[in-house]
Amino acid sequence: MHFGPHLLLAALEGLVTSAVLALTALGLSLVFGVMRVVNVAHGEFFMLGAVLAWAISTAISGHPAVGFLAALVIAPLIVGAIALVAERLVLRRLDYNPEATIVATIGMLYIIQQLALTFYGPEARPVEPPFSYRILLPWFGYSGYKLSIIAASALLLIATWLVLTRTRIGLIMRATQYDSETAQAFGIPVGRVYGGVFALGAMLAAIAAVLIVPISQAHYLMGQDPLLLSFIVVIIGGLGSLRGTVVAAVLIGLSDGIISMFFSPTLAKIIATLLVAMVLVFRPQGLFGTASR
Amino acid sequence: MSEASPAKAYALHLGVIALLFALSFVLPEYYHGLLARIMVLAVFAMGYNMLFGYVGLLSLGHAMFFGAGLYGAGLAIIQLGWGVPLAFLVGIACGAVLALVIGLLALRTTGVAFMIVTMMFAQVFSLLILYFATWTGGDQGQVVPQPARVLNLGATSLDLTDPTVRYMSALLLFSLVLLVTLAIVRSRYGRVLVAIRENEERTKMLGYDTFSNKLMAVVVSGTICAASGAAYALLFGYVGSSFASVQYSILPLLWVLLGGAATTLGPLIGTVFMYYVIDVSSGYTSAYLLIVGIALILLVLFFPKGILGTIRQRWLGWLP
Amino acid sequence: MTPLLATKGLSRHFGGLRAVDNVDFTLMPGEIRAVIGPNGAGKTTFVSMVSGRIQPSSGAIVFDGADITGMPAYVRVRQGIAYTFQITSIYANLSVYANVALPVQLTLRHGPSKSAIQAAVMTALERTGLADRAHMPAGQLSYGHQRLLEVAMGLALKPRLLILDEPTQGLADSEIDNFIVLVRDIASSATVLLIEHNMPVVMQLADRITVFNAGRILAEGTPEAIRENAAVQQAYLGTAP
Repeated sequence: MHFGPHLLLAALEGLVTSAVLALTALGLSLVFGVMRVVNVAHGEFFMLGAVLAWAISTAISGHPAVGFLAALVIAPLIVGAIALVAERLVLRRLDYNPEATIVATIGMLYIIQQLALTFYGPEARPVEPPFSYRILLPWFGYSGYKLSIIAASALLLIATWLVLTRTRIGLIMRATQYDSETAQAFGIPVGRVYGGVFALGAMLAAIAAVLIVPISQAHYLMGQDPLLLSFIVVIIGGLGSLRGTVVAAVLIGLSDGIISMFFSPTLAKIIATLLVAMVLVFRPQGLFGTASR
Repeated sequence: MSEASPAKAYALHLGVIALLFALSFVLPEYYHGLLARIMVLAVFAMGYNMLFGYVGLLSLGHAMFFGAGLYGAGLAIIQLGWGVPLAFLVGIACGAVLALVIGLLALRTTGVAFMIVTMMFAQVFSLLILYFATWTGGDQGQVVPQPARVLNLGATSLDLTDPTVRYMSALLLFSLVLLVTLAIVRSRYGRVLVAIRENEERTKMLGYDTFSNKLMAVVVSGTICAASGAAYALLFGYVGSSFASVQYSILPLLWVLLGGAATTLGPLIGTVFMYYVIDVSSGYTSAYLLIVGIALILLVLFFPKGILGTIRQRWLGWLP
Repeated sequence: MTPLLATKGLSRHFGGLRAVDNVDFTLMPGEIRAVIGPNGAGKTTFVSMVSGRIQPSSGAIVFDGADITGMPAYVRVRQGIAYTFQITSIYANLSVYANVALPVQLTLRHGPSKSAIQAAVMTALERTGLADRAHMPAGQLSYGHQRLLEVAMGLALKPRLLILDEPTQGLADSEIDNFIVLVRDIASSATVLLIEHNMPVVMQLADRITVFNAGRILAEGTPEAIRENAAVQQAYLGTAP
């Protein structure tokens, strides 16, 4: 294959990564934006989504699309419920103190990960995609399912944007993000908003995982890379900025895809992590976000 | 809030050292080796405590300093064929230089950003170890050959693989670092670090160059952690990328939190307790890290002062 | 006589807001100068620039003949400028003694003995009337005593210029009387720059008064002159009964 088509293939792969990454990172970004809390266990919610998707789709026999759709709906709900419990039991008690919360979410990371190891096991298991349709481009064939991931992600992102900007719930979330004390004075139940946002963040990660799991397999350690990449996206895109998150996800996904295809994936990760650390050191508001008040 | 007289404080610490010395003659073989390992890791915890407990900077990347010492010393022997003392110095030097660079960069941030930045730099370090696997051994790791782990002092040679020599070497390093941290904590510099932790702006406005003081603390902390890593390579004969992973950034935090942050003996207690618990549970299940998770959450929710911290608050206010 | 402190064209903008606008200010050694003005006039911003807590947008600050505009805050403290915070900023978890020991151990630089430190700390505590509370945790002091602890810490630095930012805020009347005596005592060895809203205190203490309004100096003069000044009355004081 010549360079051009090879690049196109890399770009398509990168877009698929971006699509999943955008959803995952958005979950992390929302939680930090509204609650000012960094959830280090975010990658484990992602992993839970994938593992639950495997469990649900193997439990439901018949056409793989049925099992997949069931997983797409049920897995995020379960993950959201778990996140809600964690928020109530742990984070609320800590009064969302930034450093204590990070330590607590590290604890959550280990608990979720090790419980997955205990009940799911150390193996990687595949999930069947809902459909296998190959789209034939002039230079190569490409998985129709992968393209549908991009479409699904775009739809979800637009839906989230609409909810945030056009609905009352979105308004309440943005008000709490902007000034939680004043929001409380206006009768907004800040505690419940926080619980809801934390659950929503986890659900976005879970949905992203369900979308990607037919292509990659479900494994108890699969949360680590998405966590790192989400961090990178959120920091570069600016916290709490949906547009920044999407743009950064596209950038990171594409470059990760391209660099990984032409160079080593490890090198790609090294460059990305180093870049993001430098951004945090020298330009803490990211490339798009505004400096914190 | 009283302060112990020097005699009282040093007597307590020398007593602990004497106890550890005596234990070497009484413990059965398995626990003998375990305690040697714990003492070396307690040095790691003490280095971490310097920054976390006394300056109040929570780093999530200290595995890179431990790793710098580990690989510095280990590779000096494996790749360069140098002797034990020189390898140890190389390990410490690597840690010090790395700490200086990281400090200059990371100290431009505070709080949550500092935690994330240190975590990211440590991640880069870990990935570099994997990337240069031909030299470092990657995730397989490399053995530091037994014949090389001999300390030659003139006429005598001490074989570091011998259990007694190993234990005493670990004890020596531990004792040195314990007494050094005690001295620092009781010094003027120690008080300035605590002041920075309590109220940095105020400390600046009292005429202190807080950036330099913090940088110095990072370098001291990183050097101590590198000493632990270097000793670990020399005494236990293995360098592997798992020691540079994020787990080894979380573990010292856990040990210090459990034992009591900002206490000199807390790191030892936390390391002893936690390492033993994990050692026992790893015999039962492969998911032993679950304990780490539960411990972290319980500590941070109910018991943030840790064992010695609580004891100091309630009963022994003079505990350093 | 050279001024101890002089600013030339000192300004600070926050976006479109000119918090301090082109201020030329001089302070002679040995003065007690009060800075008054309505809220938002730029008083705290002005002294924050002098002490080095914030950077000016333009202009220069000269302290005892030397340009200190680029000097970081902690160096200025060592040059002799001490600042007490408008919102009390002490070490709540440390004892009163430890709070004052920190600035003392800085000034007694060359290997001070424990007794030298103790003497200096107790002197500062006695001057502010806190000596009998030396071993209390500072956070347990009453608000008024915490303000006095701030002053004690400033004193312990042996400054040439002591900047007090609304020091009597929250103090009871008896405490204010003691405070006036303390400041007069301090002024015998240091120059005092005082931001205050309490007009009786200002009138009793100040040698000269500088009035700020909307980021600029509206008027400057003796307490009597300022009291009579029509523009000042309109902006801040209100007309005499």
